[in-house]
Amino acid sequence: MTTLKKLLGFIWLLAGPAIVSLLVYGAVLYIDTEGEKDINNPVIWIIIITIFAPIAAGLSLFGWYAIRGEYSRLPEKSSEL
Amino acid sequence: MKPTNDAPASGIWKVISASSVGTMIEWYDFYIFGMLAKTISTQFFPEGNNTAALLSTLAIFAAGFIVRPFGALVFGRLGDLIGRKYTFLLTLVLMGGSTFLIGLVPGYKSIGIAAPLLVLLLRLLQGLALGGEYGGAATYVAEHAPARRRGFYTSWIQTTATLGLFVALGVIMLVKLNMSDDAFNAEWGGWRYPFWISIVLVGVSVYIRLKMSESPLFSKLKSEGKTSANPLKESFQKKANLKMVLLALFGAVMGQGVIWYTGQFYAQSFLETTCKLDFAQSRTIMLWAIALGTPFFVLFGWLSDKVGRKWIMMAGMLLGVLLYRPIFSYFLENTNVKEWVKKEEGLSLRLLASDTVLLNEDGIDKVVHEKYHYQYQGNAFIQEKFDTVYFTGTMYPPLSAMGGDGSDKLIPDLAPDANPLYTQVELSSAAYWKFVMLVWVMIIFVTMVYGPIAAFLVEMFPTRIRYTSMSLPYHIGNGVFGGLVPFIGLLLSTTFPGDPLVGLWYPIGVAALCLLIGVIYLSNKRDESVND
Repeated sequence: MTTLKKLLGFIWLLAGPAIVSLLVYGAVLYIDTEGEKDINNPVIWIIIITIFAPIAAGLSLFGWYAIRGEYSRLPEKSSEL
Repeated sequence: MKPTNDAPASGIWKVISASSVGTMIEWYDFYIFGMLAKTISTQFFPEGNNTAALLSTLAIFAAGFIVRPFGALVFGRLGDLIGRKYTFLLTLVLMGGSTFLIGLVPGYKSIGIAAPLLVLLLRLLQGLALGGEYGGAATYVAEHAPARRRGFYTSWIQTTATLGLFVALGVIMLVKLNMSDDAFNAEWGGWRYPFWISIVLVGVSVYIRLKMSESPLFSKLKSEGKTSANPLKESFQKKANLKMVLLALFGAVMGQGVIWYTGQFYAQSFLETTCKLDFAQSRTIMLWAIALGTPFFVLFGWLSDKVGRKWIMMAGMLLGVLLYRPIFSYFLENTNVKEWVKKEEGLSLRLLASDTVLLNEDGIDKVVHEKYHYQYQGNAFIQEKFDTVYFTGTMYPPLSAMGGDGSDKLIPDLAPDANPLYTQVELSSAAYWKFVMLVWVMIIFVTMVYGPIAAFLVEMFPTRIRYTSMSLPYHIGNGVFGGLVPFIGLLLSTTFPGDPLVGLWYPIGVAALCLLIGVIYLSNKRDESVND
């Protein structure tokens, strides 16, 4: 299980930038100031990217900690923190 | 079992009731805004494009959720510095005041752009207050609760979000059913009453909370001078703690948030907007399902004390991932009025109204408006049709008689769409109770993920930074991931109109990712004593 936790860490590490890239790609593809659909509205894309970018960074950090083995053993009591 | 820190056993129920009533009122305050989104959008945003107005309101709705994590930081820090009791008193006053003031803001027609700006500001204050409330209430109860019963006692706090939703649904329905639609939707109409009621509820709750004492664990820590000097720094700059914050978010709360909002908010919006269910039926379906489902929060909280928190929460996520599409698909198939209309057998109709409207604009002279009441196998619905009769002085047969749908070359783009509109679908008794049962099943998923989570979060973090550390992941998971379920659902269904269930891919995807992380990384062990 420890090895699996570490290996999956690479996926979480890469998932962060992948999510941000996907969102930016979606924004470039769909933003159209003359478009009538909601997906064409730049404001919506700005909101979504602003919200999810720091969370994606958190996912990458989670992956980094997983690779470093930080989750191989979890504290059993809150007092251990 | 002797409660933690020598608190009398009977005192725990006072603690639970004082905390729960206040938290329930805060949820009520927060939800009435979302539930009245349609009415609010017409009151506070320029008329013209209904979708734009609705999205604007939803954006405010989302803004309310997005500021929740900031509220968690501001009030979490305060709670770890000055204490739980005074912090969640402050959040209660802030929430009640903002809600009451929203009910007093004049509409866009009266004060123009100041109206949406004021509403946005008050909505942000609501979000900020909610961000500080939950962590305080959960921590306060958990720090009074006996070891090995923390799941059971904190699960009462977990019922408050759903009960707040229940009370909000009930109050809005009571007001709406006792007046005409026009009276309800007027600038100073009935939609404002639920906001005004809040001030009374908050007053009562503040009085009850003022009589409570500070959490015994926090008091002890404070008397020993062991409270954190900088809870934010300690929570998020210390790796040992930050890694647990990230694990709590990605392995539990993110999935819990989307399951909660899909089972309760998205379900209601789907029944009303996509299935076109009658207002009273869609609301009573939710009320029944919530009323029958709420005891399960306590059941799963209690069970988590016996078997651990992890697997109950993971099972709730798995069931949501597997069953959301079949359940919502059933709702859609059983309200498919277009199919009912095609089946002549068993279908009866009666003309309710027919009138010709003179337009004299854009070349369209007259439009016939007809309203029918249909019945099919115990179900009923309303069909409305608009047909152009004259265009620039030339008479055309009704569009529907031509089989036209507005794309016919003879028909100008500006002509009203001849496709009938279906509204107010009323289910037969049997179908109604099947819908109640299916929504109830989704509420059970909610109770599985949400019932044990307060105890799970409380046990993850030490007393000196507990309020701050547990509040942030909770409000990112629920506020951002969960709160955006209706917004992203609307966005997806607008973008891909061919699939009415496309909005479900967002909660299913998030819950599946969280399930995978939770199963692999979370531990099922409980911290028996949070008295660190």
